[in-house]
Amino acid sequence: MNTALLNLNAINLVLGERTLLENINLQLNTAEIVTIVGPNGAGKTSLLRVALGLQKPTSGTVQLADNITIGYVPQKIHIDPTFPMTVRRFLALAKTAHKKPFEELLAEVGAEHIIDAPLHTLSGGELQRLLMARALIRNPNILVLDEPVQGVDVHGQSELYSLISRVRTERNCAVLMVSHDLHLVMSSTDRVLCLNQHICCSGTPEVVVSHPAYAQLFGKHAASHLALYVHEKSHEHKHALSQELEHSHQHNQLCEHSGGKKSD
Amino acid sequence: MIDDFLLRALIGGIGVALVAGPFGSFVVWRRLAYFGDTLSHSALLGVALGFILNINLTLGIFIICQTLAILLFVSQYQRQLTSDTLLGILSHGSLSLGLVALAYMDDVRIDLVGYLFGDILAISATDLYWIYGAGGVALLGLMWIWKPLLSITIHEDLARVEGLPVDRTNWLFLGLIALTVAIMMKVVGMLLVTALLIIPAATARRFASTPEMMAILAIVIGCFSVIGGLLGSYYYDTPSGPSIVVSGCLLFLLSIIIPRK
Repeated sequence: MNTALLNLNAINLVLGERTLLENINLQLNTAEIVTIVGPNGAGKTSLLRVALGLQKPTSGTVQLADNITIGYVPQKIHIDPTFPMTVRRFLALAKTAHKKPFEELLAEVGAEHIIDAPLHTLSGGELQRLLMARALIRNPNILVLDEPVQGVDVHGQSELYSLISRVRTERNCAVLMVSHDLHLVMSSTDRVLCLNQHICCSGTPEVVVSHPAYAQLFGKHAASHLALYVHEKSHEHKHALSQELEHSHQHNQLCEHSGGKKSD
Repeated sequence: MIDDFLLRALIGGIGVALVAGPFGSFVVWRRLAYFGDTLSHSALLGVALGFILNINLTLGIFIICQTLAILLFVSQYQRQLTSDTLLGILSHGSLSLGLVALAYMDDVRIDLVGYLFGDILAISATDLYWIYGAGGVALLGLMWIWKPLLSITIHEDLARVEGLPVDRTNWLFLGLIALTVAIMMKVVGMLLVTALLIIPAATARRFASTPEMMAILAIVIGCFSVIGGLLGSYYYDTPSGPSIVVSGCLLFLLSIIIPRK
């Protein structure tokens, strides 16, 4: 049975003159993986911050089911090399009455070898796994991840996504994450929200990929380039970016109706 | 028999090193060197305030430092100026305002060089009470917020999501730093306060594997800097504050040369 753990209702967020989020409705159910995709500046991180309670929305409500613990995996953490902190100590800092030994916890995320390493020596992938372990310490019902694979090579990226799927299955916890690339997360997500200030389209990955609004946002060819993507990553990135720029203009026109509704 | 004034200087200097070690470590970790500079540069304004209100000068300095800390904390929510620029304005603005205010008071004659570079050999018994009283409060306060402050130093939003009182901790930390700066003034002077905060901490870094170890090592290294500087000042008649900083720098150089275990 599905019960909503997290419910965002008609969220609007305006900072200064900029509308960052417009009428967002989002429901996260038990053990469900929801991925938010969208171009840069689409408000993905803002949406996560609202969901986490870090940012108060201009209007709308954030409802959290009772006795819910959220585990947060930030996009990246910057550790100054002058800060002497080992992985073990970093895990110990999490405010919790955790029973499981840290070795076991790190093994769960596939990073048991780093337990005594200083934080500032970790690679991007190791850091992501560690941040995940830290979030798991609190036995979260919801795991919130902001671009969990940034700065990780392609192979490491798919490994991290399968780790996220496994954590969901083993711990039965819901996942809300942000990604700027739908194709890599497709196989490990139940539902996708395509965001560009407002929700352009949503549904299963297959539905979103073939949705006109998605094509509009990411470029018409984005969907058919899946195979190419893996082999020619850097090329495809540039390609996607230029399309993104091209289409953002059209997109604004396409979406004008939603802006117009508000002024009624 | 050791001279009274030298003994007071030693006790005062060590008291300041005790406080500077742990706070200096956080200044290094959180990259607050310029922030520390700004606070200490406002101290002269505090001296002027002390004369105007006819209160203890250290208290005057503390009030001004505290006000500036609050101002800086609040202003981080504005987006017009980068914090760098804002610190520059407040730092030099308050320093100049302090100098102008003091020049305006005809009946006040102060030893400007003493305030700029410290005058540890002129430490009085009252100064010692201030250093150990206020320094003790600062250290106890820091121990109280130690754990959340470490978490905040790693990632502020993560700390917030985990339910730590981030704003309250940051407020307290700034207040305690202002207190620390106020009592360090007498020993190394306003221009060198930041030096005594960051040099021992930076020296300690290479030999520390935990934050606590770094803070304690910074205390020890700070004490040696004070003793070294004081001896130099006593025997060679060099200015005390700069001598302490020079001996700190020498220890730092030494720490780079020593091969790591």
